[in-house]
Amino acid sequence: MVIGAGVVGAACAYYASRAGLRVAVVDRGPVAGGTTGAGEGNLLVSDKEPGPELDLALLSTRLWRELAGSLGEAVEYEPKGGLVVAAAPAGLDALREFAAGQRKAGVEAVEVGPDGLPELEPHLAPGLAGGFLYPQDAQVQPALAAAHLLRASGADRYLGETVRGLLTGPDGAVAGVVTDRRELSAPAVVNAAGTWGGAVARLAGVELPVMPRRGFVLVTEPLPRIVRHKVYAADYVADVASGSADLQSSAVVEGTPAGPVLIGASRERVGFDRRLDPVVLHRLAAQAAALFPVLRQVAVQRAYRGFRPYLPDHLPAIGADPRVPGLVHACGHEGAGIGLAPATGLLIAEQLTGARPSLDLTPFRADRFPPSAPDAGLE
Amino acid sequence: MPTLPSEPARGRAPYDLAVVGAGPAGLAAAVTAAELGLRVALLDAGPRVGGQYYRHPAPELGAARPDRLHHGWAVFARLRDRLRAQPRIDHLAGHHVWAAERGEPWRLHATLGPDAGDRVTVEAGAVLLATGAYERQLPFPGWTLPGVVTAGGAQAMLKAGLVLPGRRIVVAGSGPLLLAAASSLVSAGAAVPAVVEAGSYLGYARGVAALAANPAKLVEGAQHGTVLLRHGVRLRRSSAVIEAHGTDRVTAVTVARLDADWRPVPGTERRIGCDAVAIGHGLVPQIELATELGAATRTVPDGTVALAVDGEQRTSLPGLWAAGETCGVGGADLALAEGVLAAYAVAGRPAPRGALVRRRRRRAFAELMAAAHAPGVGWTDWLTPETDVCRCEEVPAGRIREAVEELGAGDARTVKLLTRAGMGWCQGRMCGAAVACLAGGPTDRPDSRPLSCPVPLAQLAEPPA
Repeated sequence: MVIGAGVVGAACAYYASRAGLRVAVVDRGPVAGGTTGAGEGNLLVSDKEPGPELDLALLSTRLWRELAGSLGEAVEYEPKGGLVVAAAPAGLDALREFAAGQRKAGVEAVEVGPDGLPELEPHLAPGLAGGFLYPQDAQVQPALAAAHLLRASGADRYLGETVRGLLTGPDGAVAGVVTDRRELSAPAVVNAAGTWGGAVARLAGVELPVMPRRGFVLVTEPLPRIVRHKVYAADYVADVASGSADLQSSAVVEGTPAGPVLIGASRERVGFDRRLDPVVLHRLAAQAAALFPVLRQVAVQRAYRGFRPYLPDHLPAIGADPRVPGLVHACGHEGAGIGLAPATGLLIAEQLTGARPSLDLTPFRADRFPPSAPDAGLE
Repeated sequence: MPTLPSEPARGRAPYDLAVVGAGPAGLAAAVTAAELGLRVALLDAGPRVGGQYYRHPAPELGAARPDRLHHGWAVFARLRDRLRAQPRIDHLAGHHVWAAERGEPWRLHATLGPDAGDRVTVEAGAVLLATGAYERQLPFPGWTLPGVVTAGGAQAMLKAGLVLPGRRIVVAGSGPLLLAAASSLVSAGAAVPAVVEAGSYLGYARGVAALAANPAKLVEGAQHGTVLLRHGVRLRRSSAVIEAHGTDRVTAVTVARLDADWRPVPGTERRIGCDAVAIGHGLVPQIELATELGAATRTVPDGTVALAVDGEQRTSLPGLWAAGETCGVGGADLALAEGVLAAYAVAGRPAPRGALVRRRRRRAFAELMAAAHAPGVGWTDWLTPETDVCRCEEVPAGRIREAVEELGAGDARTVKLLTRAGMGWCQGRMCGAAVACLAGGPTDRPDSRPLSCPVPLAQLAEPPA
């Protein structure tokens, strides 16, 4: 029983059902109704430092490539590569050091000198110090990814049904869910509720401090292909890793098959405040224009916002909760859920079927946080 | 009235009131508020005041009698004279407001044109939204053919450019705008072989009291009726254009009778030759500047979403007022009354009794009309899988149904994410109602549009003033 029809829930359903389990997915909204539908669809290894999250991302990269065989066109899979640029030599030095560590962990990273940049991205601003090309970075359209994974899973769907509580067996183990319309029993319940994962954990009487971290994305009018890779400035990595509640932004610029250029990605912890913030728009637009001056000539057609599921150490919660038998977590992927979804789904399926895990799940344990009152994020 | 077409409002003291939209509601509110002593900014996207309703030709066209195209021209002329005489109003023409920001003062972000410097931020102690409405469209096979225009578009062409969309024009859809449009078109010399109204008008009979309280509305309707009768125009009730024919341009339409749920009745189809079709299914309040801030809404009986306001035209957000079609489509007289009432409320003065009475009567009438013209659930039966629903992104009905039935989309937003319907230039203003019906989810939620209109990136890149 998977709670959540976002991309992580859909991937859990897909891999669990491929492993021979009977699966049902319940969500209070439609497919991709939460953060998945507000994402850009980044499948990135480039922004991750060596460690458990990078291992997860590398596994996912392989799995996305496999999935692309059957679903690639439907989910707009594009292995276009990422390009991280530095404005000044000091920034490039930092990138070089970062990339050296990543290479040891299995990441492909190719240094690009200032003269090589125009060949990769003809419209990039002149005068940059250089950058690194990450051929493994890719992109999917996230809502399509969730919808097609869910359909391919063949799982029973209970969409538009809100989970009100959990069923428990005589031994206290979770044994299913109670929705506003029915009871559904299952020996395992997967919490793939993303930003609302803390609320699901609370239904089981345990704490999981998932908090919302707001992001805005600007969408331009449809354009010919003027941006070929995912292009971002070196500051982005620091922003992702920051724990600050304040606004961080560094433009991630990329084209889409449909034409519009997407400009992300601000990060700020302001609860579930949906209001447009002109300061955020300004920063994103200014940073995008600094990378690609040609964008100054185009119109921003719309903007949207989403709330990333943020856990304090920036790692997701994946696997059985040691505190509550029957409860399994697959949430808290912050801004990397689209990329990390297949690996998460595979690991959950392996654990549910008792197969040997592809990765050590210890860093992702849900009980790794000291007990405290979460300051926000439970809606 | 100083007109400031491009002077940035930076560095000035905040206005007492910023009115967004210079149609009937906004004009009445701005003039009234200024006469009550407030300093007012009147922002409007158009070059001239009047909005859609009082749209009139540019002076260069030399129209001899613009009043002939309008009901209530005298009312507009008086408002315009009061505006011109009013030193406390700055008319900010050509200002497209793309976002409103709450605070003390409120800040309105507007774009004036394509250049980096064409960005303006207007500050005011209070904001009145009088942004009007846009047309609701229900697609049908062939509706993207040249020659098929919106009913309001046909009227706008006539009012602003003195041109007709064709010579033989079928007027179709639902709502009182159809009679007004047909009446203008025949008066301007077009042939109108039929006015095709999907509603039965029987709903009106349930509201006799509201009808009796609005003799002016009855007279207006009767005037349109008389014009149409004199030109031999036939009104077909409970009928719809279910297909437009032609290759390069529309040459004919198929009209069918509808059952009570608006399902076409087989065997009732008939073909009518024409070279243009003017089609509209009423109006949708344009309210995203407020709903993006979380303002409370209400569902009007015609299925559209409007801002919820109290007796003083106050929205649920302190400092934000609304008047006219943003509070539920009800026509110019109601908009004028609400504009006046909002101005008095913002100025902290007791409301004039006449405007209160007019608002009560006109609002009751508007709700009655809304109920009579609410689209029936069966209209989707006239779509084929190939019919483009979203014309910007060319998304056919079949793809939308697939997203709902097979991919788990349960509302308009998810349909948009999975099919791109509503992601194009009009941002779902054209297809939003249709997509929401096909999605089968809630239709009583406003569309999300954090940016109310496209903004040049160079302007966003400028630091906010």
